[in-house]
Amino acid sequence: MSWFTAAADDELTIYERSKPGRRAFAPPPLDVPERPVEELIPDALRRTEPPRLPEVSEPEIVRHYNRLSKRNFDLDTGFYPLGSCTMKHNPKLHERVAALPGHSRLHPLQDPRHAQGALELMWQLQEALAEVAGLPYVSLQPSAGSHGELAGVLLTRALHEDHGEERTKVLTPENAHGTNPATVTMAGYDLVKVATDASGNVDLDDLRSKANEEVACLMLTNPSTLGLFEHGIEEIERIVHGVGATLYYDGANLNAIMGISRPGDMGFDVVHFNLHKSFTQPHGGGGPGAGPIAVSERIEPYLPRPQVVRREHQGNGAEMGGGFVGGCYYDLDYDRPKSIGRLRGFQGNYGVFVRSYAYIRSLGAAGLREVSEVAVLNANYLLARLRREGVLEYLPEAYERLCMHEFVLSGAPMRNQLGIKTLDLAKRLLDFGVHPPTVYFPLIVDEALLVEPTETETKETLDRFAEIIAEILREAKDNPEVARHAPYTTPVRRLDEAAAARRPVLRQAM
Amino acid sequence: MLATIGVSSIEALFADIPKSLRLTRPLALDAGRSELEVFEELRELADRNVSTEDELSFLGGGMYDHYVPALIDSIIERSEFLTPYTPYQPEISQGGLQAMFEYQTAISELTGLPVSNASVYEGPSAVAAAGYVAKAATGKRSTFVASRGVHPHAREALATLAHAWGMEVVEAPLRDGVTDLPELDDQVSAVIVQQPNFLGAVEDLAAASSAAKAVGALTICSCDPLTLALLRPPGDVGVDIAVGEGQTLGNRLDFGGPSFGFFAVTEALMRRIPGRIAGETRDLDGKRGFVLTLQTREQHIRREKATSNICTAQALNALAGVIYLSWLGPRGIVELAELMLQRTAYARERLQSIHGVHALHDQPVVREFALKLDAPVDHVIARCREQGVNPGYPLKAEYPELADGLLVAITEQRTRADIDRLADVLEASVSKQLEAYEEVKA
Repeated sequence: MSWFTAAADDELTIYERSKPGRRAFAPPPLDVPERPVEELIPDALRRTEPPRLPEVSEPEIVRHYNRLSKRNFDLDTGFYPLGSCTMKHNPKLHERVAALPGHSRLHPLQDPRHAQGALELMWQLQEALAEVAGLPYVSLQPSAGSHGELAGVLLTRALHEDHGEERTKVLTPENAHGTNPATVTMAGYDLVKVATDASGNVDLDDLRSKANEEVACLMLTNPSTLGLFEHGIEEIERIVHGVGATLYYDGANLNAIMGISRPGDMGFDVVHFNLHKSFTQPHGGGGPGAGPIAVSERIEPYLPRPQVVRREHQGNGAEMGGGFVGGCYYDLDYDRPKSIGRLRGFQGNYGVFVRSYAYIRSLGAAGLREVSEVAVLNANYLLARLRREGVLEYLPEAYERLCMHEFVLSGAPMRNQLGIKTLDLAKRLLDFGVHPPTVYFPLIVDEALLVEPTETETKETLDRFAEIIAEILREAKDNPEVARHAPYTTPVRRLDEAAAARRPVLRQAM
Repeated sequence: MLATIGVSSIEALFADIPKSLRLTRPLALDAGRSELEVFEELRELADRNVSTEDELSFLGGGMYDHYVPALIDSIIERSEFLTPYTPYQPEISQGGLQAMFEYQTAISELTGLPVSNASVYEGPSAVAAAGYVAKAATGKRSTFVASRGVHPHAREALATLAHAWGMEVVEAPLRDGVTDLPELDDQVSAVIVQQPNFLGAVEDLAAASSAAKAVGALTICSCDPLTLALLRPPGDVGVDIAVGEGQTLGNRLDFGGPSFGFFAVTEALMRRIPGRIAGETRDLDGKRGFVLTLQTREQHIRREKATSNICTAQALNALAGVIYLSWLGPRGIVELAELMLQRTAYARERLQSIHGVHALHDQPVVREFALKLDAPVDHVIARCREQGVNPGYPLKAEYPELADGLLVAITEQRTRADIDRLADVLEASVSKQLEAYEEVKA
């Protein structure tokens, strides 16, 4: 029943495997005249003892990290319906193309004239993302979704300041991802929360009462974190723009609507993409990702520097070293006087752009639309299957509507009737070789379980998942203790998180 | 599947989207292509870049062409590390969590600070993130003092955010290549320096941190992790926050990313640090395990009161970092750094002896140094490149006062023969350029 075929015992750390004198690295020979180190770096600036790093041989390093890898569950091994994270298949081609030396060994300060392939790729990706968003301009610079959010709110500030307005508040729905309110504070605004109505939409009356001239922006996820499309999006747009605020689109849930509906057409001013969600950058156990933003015409002047642009050759293309007749070249544009400035170093996470570009080229227009269609089909099918299994009796939908690419269940009846909590269900799922859905988010649903199957799962996988949930509920009816103490088959059992936070041990003792 | 759902078509599933907002045409993108066609296209794009395999490159300025050992690829390409999400379910994420714990230990050792997080995005934005910590830790203060030796991208990333906080970034000038701190006052939230600085010079961190302490400001040091094998750890000389670009630790250049940023702080700042942190604990049976900890700092728990908005960071790149540090070991990292030190000293002497080429400063350096040319730097670079040599990064865009300055980086991948070739090509290029200049004058 277990996924874990090895390494079930306590693992030593790489530091605990260290033995004096062991090593892996052999330096190349010194081929220049040697000078005394103290002559090159004065004593006062020099380190006296080498940093304490592990002393291990190459075979030990390889075995250590291979053993550690076996203590990880991963998407290539099993179902991973982690809501709001879009755990879809990561095509293997992408790793191969990203590793080509022309991409992977390209220095970020290479003269743009000698990085034309990279700049063209970035420009093409900008164009494609702009089309998906329905907004004309894209900056690829932000490093992740939260970084894109920060960019978006800073752009809003720049817009208002440029118009001589000082606004102090940003609105977010109460069910927003935690990154939204954290971004609001980090961008120097006060947060105002907007309520959710009985059917899971933004409460329009509450929005109206809070929308005023002090409001800079509304940050919204659509479909929402409840997996529901905002019924009142057109009215929301009117209210927000009516008070001169901007409308920000959190792209975490873009996987539901690619090629079907576009944030720009809904009236959003700024959109961020999570290339590690909809566009298949592998999550890497917590990154890397990338969080490009698409913006409307009126936001464009403030975009971060530099911007990747395509320029027409003048004459024989002397600006490129000559020899060009006609055609275009790609460049980095720093001449952006109203720009908010840089958000990070260099041009962004280019290696991620290579993978996402390869994905878009593989799928094309029809393929991207099919992604969203199947993602929504799979989610609704799974919900229907859970209903057929009788699961919804204990884990009802938070809102009885068609869902988009994910749906929220409430474990409250399960807790009350069977005596197991959402956490217990999640932990028991581990014994069945399934990664649990997102739990206890959104916060507004009691004992929430957020399920996102994605388009790359088969009907058989979804059927099996529904059966497993039903099986765990049956088991809990007989004996809730089983789930309460799960998991049993994992490398470690439930961990004491409270103790970890109370007395933090954050590094190896030496 | 539709029958099970109880709808007649896929379109019916999208009924909640108002008709007026539905796209009635296909996206204006090309049709999908086969894997081999996409591979060919991506290879063709790669071929139009001049990588460090295609020329003899001495580019640095924040990212460096170090050798990435083969074992890193073999480990980080494993699905178990490549494809999971952030470890929200620790029972099935012990591999990633333990690797974070090991990484935190290694970063803590390098920086001499007790608390490291599990990574942030990259170097320059880490400086801005450190500013956010200082802002909260020092109360209402109005300014950051950043050395002109701090990477221009980092200074700009900090300024982007400082503006939103109503704070100002005041620049401390460089004198003889190192930071010349102005008089500080009690409005200074943090003093920010870089080690070695953008011009390659080794800074006196102790001087900066004692000046900062005197006015109750924090000291933030953006440092290069490999050179820390030879230089005093920031934590030993009073630095409160050490951040930096982790690319040099086993990550490829990738035209600037993804790499990782590291972030280490004093005990006093432990609960203000941004991002994920792994901590050790026990399971139900008393067995050792690792979890994400101190999560009450983080956005998913603390929301608008979080110490940062960061969620996804750079776990896979940080894993490459700890594998690299284990590969080097305590002796290897010193040997590698000393090799760079010796070759850089050799290169510096060799290049400075060329007619028309001068030192920009005489400060100690480890891997990188700055030159001043008597000829226009762009033309000299162009001439060198005709010979397949990229001699370095021209400073003028970001340091107009150093027009015709050239920043030269020497990693362990550049041998004495490579350096000699650089010297020959640079000498010829400068001299040709000077001749051309004389002709024009005549």
